[in-house]
Amino acid sequence: MTGVVIVGGGPAAHRLAALLARYGHPGGVSVVGAEPRPPYNRALLGSVLDGTLDADRLTLPALPAAVRQLTGVRVTAVDRARRAIRLDDGRELPYGVLVLATGARPRTPRVPGLQTQPGRLADGVRAVRTAADCRPLSEGPVVVVGGGIRGVETAWALSGTGQEVALVHPAGQLMERHLDMVAAALPAEWLAARGVALHLGRRAAEYTPGKVVLDDGQVLAAGTVLLCTGTVAESALARASGLEVRGGVVVDDLLRTGDPHIHAIGDCAEHAGTTGTTVLRAWEQAETLARNLTGRERPYAPERRVLRPRTPGRDMVVLPPAAPVRPDDTDATVSLLDRARGHHARLVLRGGRIHEGTVIGSPSAVAEVSRLYLRDEPVPADLLALLTGADGTYAGDGTPPDDTVVCHCNNVTRKALKDAWHRGAHDEAALARATRATTGCGGCTAAVRSLCTALEGATP
Amino acid sequence: MSGEGRAGRQRESTTHCPYCALQCSTVLSGERGGVAVRPSADFPVNRGGLCQKGWTAPSVLAAPDRLLTPLVRAADGTLAPAGWDEALDLVAGRLREIRARHGADAVAVFGGGGLTNEKAYTLGKFARVALGTSQIDYNGRFCMSSAAAATTAAFGLDRGLPFPVTDLDGADVILLAGANPAETMPPLMRHLEGADLVVIDPRRTRTAERAALHLRPAPGTDLALALGLLHLAVTEGLVDQEYVDTRTAGFDAAWEHCTAWWPERVEEVTGVPADELRTAVRMLGGARRAYVLTGRGAEQHSKGSDTVAAFVNLALALGLPGRDGSGFGTLTGQGNGQGGREMGQKADQLPGYRSLADPADRAHVAAVWGVDAKTLPGPGRSAYELLDALGTGAGPRALMVFGANPVVSAPRAAHVTERLRSLDLLVVADFVPSETAALADVVLPVAQWAEEEGTLTSLEGRVLRRRAHLTPPPGVRTDLEVLHALAVRLGQSAGGFPVRPREVFDELRRASAGARADYSGISYARLDAGEALHWPCPAGADGNGAGDGHPGTPRVFLDRFAHPDGRARFTPVDHRPPAREPDAAFPLYGTTGRVLAQYQSGAQTRRVPELVAAAPEVIVEMHPDTARRFGLAEGSMAEVGSVHGTTRARVRVTRAVRPDTVFVPFHFPGAGRANLFTGDALDPRSRMPEFKVSAVRVTPAGERP
Repeated sequence: MTGVVIVGGGPAAHRLAALLARYGHPGGVSVVGAEPRPPYNRALLGSVLDGTLDADRLTLPALPAAVRQLTGVRVTAVDRARRAIRLDDGRELPYGVLVLATGARPRTPRVPGLQTQPGRLADGVRAVRTAADCRPLSEGPVVVVGGGIRGVETAWALSGTGQEVALVHPAGQLMERHLDMVAAALPAEWLAARGVALHLGRRAAEYTPGKVVLDDGQVLAAGTVLLCTGTVAESALARASGLEVRGGVVVDDLLRTGDPHIHAIGDCAEHAGTTGTTVLRAWEQAETLARNLTGRERPYAPERRVLRPRTPGRDMVVLPPAAPVRPDDTDATVSLLDRARGHHARLVLRGGRIHEGTVIGSPSAVAEVSRLYLRDEPVPADLLALLTGADGTYAGDGTPPDDTVVCHCNNVTRKALKDAWHRGAHDEAALARATRATTGCGGCTAAVRSLCTALEGATP
Repeated sequence: MSGEGRAGRQRESTTHCPYCALQCSTVLSGERGGVAVRPSADFPVNRGGLCQKGWTAPSVLAAPDRLLTPLVRAADGTLAPAGWDEALDLVAGRLREIRARHGADAVAVFGGGGLTNEKAYTLGKFARVALGTSQIDYNGRFCMSSAAAATTAAFGLDRGLPFPVTDLDGADVILLAGANPAETMPPLMRHLEGADLVVIDPRRTRTAERAALHLRPAPGTDLALALGLLHLAVTEGLVDQEYVDTRTAGFDAAWEHCTAWWPERVEEVTGVPADELRTAVRMLGGARRAYVLTGRGAEQHSKGSDTVAAFVNLALALGLPGRDGSGFGTLTGQGNGQGGREMGQKADQLPGYRSLADPADRAHVAAVWGVDAKTLPGPGRSAYELLDALGTGAGPRALMVFGANPVVSAPRAAHVTERLRSLDLLVVADFVPSETAALADVVLPVAQWAEEEGTLTSLEGRVLRRRAHLTPPPGVRTDLEVLHALAVRLGQSAGGFPVRPREVFDELRRASAGARADYSGISYARLDAGEALHWPCPAGADGNGAGDGHPGTPRVFLDRFAHPDGRARFTPVDHRPPAREPDAAFPLYGTTGRVLAQYQSGAQTRRVPELVAAAPEVIVEMHPDTARRFGLAEGSMAEVGSVHGTTRARVRVTRAVRPDTVFVPFHFPGAGRANLFTGDALDPRSRMPEFKVSAVRVTPAGERP
């Protein structure tokens, strides 16, 4: 039998190849990538751009030697009848199973001057898709085009390095696909506080090297224009091969295209009307497909995912409506807005669990709510503590009662200490001899001393 | 100090506490029935401190149900008193018979991390030489095996703390991963007072209460957490590149797995806020003197060795190990948890950390033992696998247990109990009628801590003298006497199995000479003279450890790590979920652990009235929301069930546990054994069971009449 050929050189292709090897796929596995380097983690390219990571730190773990890796090679055609792909170096590669993991490419807005010709960006304009896009920025301000998650992340990261940044976004608020007006005001405040010039409700009307002209005539200096305007599934090969393509290459619950010998995963695929846009989604599909190709067939069931923009030091999470989406059977909506602290939360509950929501500002609330949502666990009784990030476990309450254990190492209660004091043990050493308090970890020494002081004060 | 002496007026004996690996120094006085204990003020580890277990340890000497005569299972099924010769003849005869019929591996031995070095050494020798069996392992497998596997791979050597405990006094920041010393070894906390603690624990333990930063991951996710911390160490620019370049190897391959663990993803998996991860790394990376220490919480998983490896990787990236004032270590648990894992009672090891698979190691030990190396068996089954095989077609039919109580302490306890019951012969040597002894065909009463001489090796690799304050009660023998008597009955020469601990020690010095855990330069004379000796401590050219011998090695890796090239190794590891995650049927994490007033299987501490008063029965700790969700109230009885079995425990409602988790301490017997719900998943490298995470449900249980 001929093996599995994976087209694509990104994290989805890498994970699938690694898992096929781990699960003992009997046939050969080949990975054909267009980029000159072995697979790397695209999800972290932003960290390369802002200088926190070197590009060579993104390389994913080496694949087992049994996996054949072809880099810097493009696939020019799929011969479905003969089950073979043709490469741009003239070679042909037969397949038993073909997997398209070709990812997505940046969407370029139709703004005069951004492209010199279709598919070719003008000087000073880039989208961040490959390691090559992360070369050092040109002198001068950066204009981020797009105020979705990627735009906000990029503006946050660059402004943190001291870079002058402007952000242009046609909607009147940031992240309008995910946040309401109230919520969106918070990331806008974060960016503004770092000096990012926000141009909301504005479009870029024209680009010429060195400047962006907005639709209201404002002119922004632009050493670099970064396009954060979304992606389009890379589906040309599938289309040319006669496979069905909508938002992406259409696949069924077994991640198969209309041709049972061809599958698609990751950003290039469309499953149940949705194209994946995160690496976690791609890895999840790689896992399912690897199992299906090694005899443990089960349909792909997308797990819950949160949208967790990477804005270090400022935290937010968006919890998309959980399936099935039936707005009428939710039982409560809880919201909280604390402008002073920059906290906002809104949860829609169904059966005491989180159906959808947003949390912004409190790192612990973001973490806690995300986990409850991801695992579909019941929300705590104390919703206020959950949403404010208050830690209920840390609350203390007034003077401890006499049966409180003061020295845990020796199980000595406040009452035992008081009794010993009244029998004449009036300092720490005497109390230690009498009760053994303080002789373990020593952590109660201060408490024992203060009890002594209090008892002295209470005695005439 | 009285040395070995039992003579003198106003008799006092300086020895060490019978319980944990901290081995607090104590002074015993008084006679049987009235032994008093006080902490030694000048021992650097406890500095006059002692926890309630240590203060009340003399009670165990006077346990009302102390075993004082051998017991043999009678025709009516009860255990009846028997004479020593009768019992030993019976055991030797049955062992011989079973061996003749089913082969040497039909007889197995199960040891303990509380046994002295001399006993652990003799037990290993007894198994390999007198029984000729490969089937020996010990309860330390349930304790230190993951840390041992990971640190041996990383540093070339496994010494729990490769530096003295007192070095921790000077630390600025200490990361404790799954360690709760405030409740498990309280006097250690005296050494942590100066440092800002970063505590990783799903529970808000007493240690966590003392932390500057408490990270609360969901059970079973510490590995992802550690990968995320290394990820951040790189992105935050905190890697000590010069150290990585000059003292380590393998960073790139380890890092490549961390690329997938950016903080927000780690947050999703662990539940720990990305912001706190960042704070933790900045604290550690920004400190001048920092330590990373792991405990059972990180280690007792089916991925325990990888989890420890990930924390070692973090420490290496920050340049901590093998540096004065910084380091990586693991907090050993049992009293002789360190020595016990070096002396050859582990399935694959010979004394001194020598390997049963290494021809040179086999030859060295065989020469000391006066046997042909070819007669030494190979590596045998690990602890759980051994227990699981008992009484099955291919498994052992006889088992001898020394210093362990697997009916309570082994995972999947109901199954293990059934395996023990299926044996043709179960022999248990103990000083109290433990739950395992209750199943035995023959019970042999042995001496305990204050009645015997020997050495233990503490968590800092220091060899300590245990001294006899009392003579054993009439009818009681030492473990060494028991092994001697059996060996002779099995045809061994009397000289091959000495009964005097000092003689055994001198032999183990020779057996360990030149090995990784080299004791050859240590002698009772040097220890009794008050020298502080940490292994490795090789003998001088004259082979004599006395006098101006080697000073020992308090800090092992200052110049080089124990790999041939002197470099530490990064280990490439990736996260994986526990063997079983909560689901609709078993919606909670069940985790097991310790309480301050009890120790291990509780066989000793459950016989001390003060400790029973402090921790009388098994409890299940749960969050108030969890109690409400499952219809349970404080003080009511609950059943905690998994696919493996069900534990009955009293509900204690506390906010110290996460709402998705319940905690059950494992010290209690019968239906309250926490290990009734733990499973049989093992770490592929260390064979450590997954004690720390099970998928469970909790339901109300009626009070038993």
